Amino acid sequence: MANKKKIYAYPNKITPSKPIIIDPKLCKGCNQCVEICTMDVLLPNPEKGKPPIILYPEECWYGGCCVEECPIPGAIKLNHPMMSKVRFKRKETGEHFRVN
Amino acid sequence: MDWEDYIEQKNTLMEWPYPVDYDKIHNVVVDVVVLGGGPAGMMAAISVAKKGLSVAVLDKGNPKRSGGGSGCDHWLNTPNPASHITPEDCAQWEFDSYNGYSNSLSRYIAARESYDTLLEMEQMGAQIRDIHDEFRGAPFRDEKTKFLFCYDYENKFQFRVWGTTFKPAMYHEARRLGVHIFDRVYATSLLTEGGKIGSRVIGATGVNIRTGEFYIFSGKAVINCMSRHQGNWMFSTELTALPYFRPNIVGDGPAILWRAGAESTMIEKVNRMGPPGYQFPTYGTGNPHNTWFPCTIVDADGKEIPWVDANGKIIKDVSERTLPAEGQRFIAERASHPKYQTPHLLRDLPERIRKGEFKLPLYADLTAMPWYERKVIWGLMVGQEGRTRVPILLNYNASGFDPSKDMLQSYYMLGGESYSAIDPNWLVPYFMDPSPGNGGGAITDWNLMSNLPGLFVAGDALFASNYYYHACVTGRYAGRHAVEFAQKVGTPVIDERQVEKERNRIYAPTKVNVEEGMDWKEFRAVCARVMQNYCGELRNEELLKIGLIWLDDLERDVYPKLYGRNPHELLRVLESYNILTCDKIIVHVSLARKASSDVLGFYRQDFPEKDPPNWHKFVTIKMTDDGNVEIGERPIGFWGNLKEEYEAHNRNYRGFLKNQ
Repeated sequence: MANKKKIYAYPNKITPSKPIIIDPKLCKGCNQCVEICTMDVLLPNPEKGKPPIILYPEECWYGGCCVEECPIPGAIKLNHPMMSKVRFKRKETGEHFRVN
Repeated sequence: MDWEDYIEQKNTLMEWPYPVDYDKIHNVVVDVVVLGGGPAGMMAAISVAKKGLSVAVLDKGNPKRSGGGSGCDHWLNTPNPASHITPEDCAQWEFDSYNGYSNSLSRYIAARESYDTLLEMEQMGAQIRDIHDEFRGAPFRDEKTKFLFCYDYENKFQFRVWGTTFKPAMYHEARRLGVHIFDRVYATSLLTEGGKIGSRVIGATGVNIRTGEFYIFSGKAVINCMSRHQGNWMFSTELTALPYFRPNIVGDGPAILWRAGAESTMIEKVNRMGPPGYQFPTYGTGNPHNTWFPCTIVDADGKEIPWVDANGKIIKDVSERTLPAEGQRFIAERASHPKYQTPHLLRDLPERIRKGEFKLPLYADLTAMPWYERKVIWGLMVGQEGRTRVPILLNYNASGFDPSKDMLQSYYMLGGESYSAIDPNWLVPYFMDPSPGNGGGAITDWNLMSNLPGLFVAGDALFASNYYYHACVTGRYAGRHAVEFAQKVGTPVIDERQVEKERNRIYAPTKVNVEEGMDWKEFRAVCARVMQNYCGELRNEELLKIGLIWLDDLERDVYPKLYGRNPHELLRVLESYNILTCDKIIVHVSLARKASSDVLGFYRQDFPEKDPPNWHKFVTIKMTDDGNVEIGERPIGFWGNLKEEYEAHNRNYRGFLKNQ
């Protein structure tokens, strides 16, 4: 079957590319995270009231100040790079888990 | 939404959201200019403002959280009413541990005024006591004052604090006092009398990293509180984990000071860090150090790794890990000298693991710790230390990690991280870094003034410095002494030519043709490679000279090709120039030190003898007024008698230790 969907040319993304995840349903675009970020990872969305743009993900320092500053619980989350997600073991059962 | 998502949705490039004006100039005239709004800078500004002088702070981040602003868990080396430890003790353990390559001058100042500064922090609204009685009955708690101590529960001179509250408290206090805060203004140079290198410092220039607008700050005194150089050997923006990379800490301070003629020392020192790109979240894996001290570590079968004291004796009880061993007066964090060393895991652990005595992976077993240790490590320390509350404590808790049931994996010997205390001298070029702690920096007098009149220095900008308490106390102290200086000197006259020259330098990358240019990342990568190859673990004259040629080539031929398409890129380009400047300083000093030293992590192939008596000294470096490199030296102990000098320079100061 012919693929009708347009295929575009992309550069490779930097890894990790998602240090923070913003929920567009909860975010009101107040930009308090933009103002507190010490690295300017985030830029205000040109459209007022919309979530900020994550322009420099590779410059994130994973400090979590954006999460601390956000007035809406759950609107912004810090996301460790997949390869840095640490594992733990439940002592009694021996089950293995990892951090999200 | 990231950049690509935006383009896909809008079918256009995203315009820079801030209004850019590279021609706009702001003139700011104050009594004192503070460069850097981290803990040292904010305390310096507060200290100046309290004396009624006008003060401006500039920072490329937001000072509410910049510069270690997300938190701190320890407030170290603090003589206090519950302890017999003296400021002399605090300076001495560092002096002994680093074989004299320590800044006893600033360590002594810090210890003298640390308790006063801590109480001042509380007055600003920071939490320094267990006010909710969460740790009532714990052996590290002083029931009367509700202070919590760490490391040495007998001598009680190192505090556990709620450091996430500190930076916001300082920020609000500074605003209340009318400090002029210039958020996102990046300091680019010092202004000197007559525009001359080595003259009195009378201001600074800066650029707004969002709008690109230019700032001229004029002040009777300037306090440099920007951190030291980092990342000279390491660079990777791909596969970063939590600690690296740190583009904001590149050595702007040392580079700016260098260009003005300030003197620095211990620049040749390196420490070993983890591999760039392959680390784990700091304090986010099982380990027994620092924030996690004194956590029990077990192997894959649950077998406990024994702890030994400084005498090599195996200790059985958890409580003994936080007490001095036989013959020790006190113990202190990171003290490598046996007189003060804390208990630690078996030194030959790697060997025992290889022989099969302990099975990998290892785990930090908080479940095996007494309730108060478990709760203080997971909850207070991991939670209040910088970059732990959101990324570690809240994130891990949300993932179901329960410190009373779960053991957090250690990545020791799995290629991810190591127990640094076990093998501190293993240097690999791309692991090398001037930080953390006790690296090179500016050299000062007892007023914390540099060799340049009017230029004061505090925090990690001082040589052989580190720690939050040290930054806060020296910032506060430098502010006080800068006020005394500013009150005695006349109004500065800014040299127009110096300003114009700096403007041309700063904005040159905005005019580079991108197609013929180079991006700053490639430049940073090549700078790091030069340092790895020619100023690496083993150095010699030939290597270092090739390194200098390389760095000169980069400065002359390659740096002018770096482009800054918006103010953020411009910042990264200007930072790259500063890192190159610091690289050159490091190579020059490395050529000058003709001996090796374990403490400095400095090894010369052509001068292998370690710390021969004639080289047991500080090598200093500065640029002369004609632009040449001048190497000098200072004897170990150049600061003189600590108590006498301190008191001679602080006759009117009143604090907790004044009458002792």
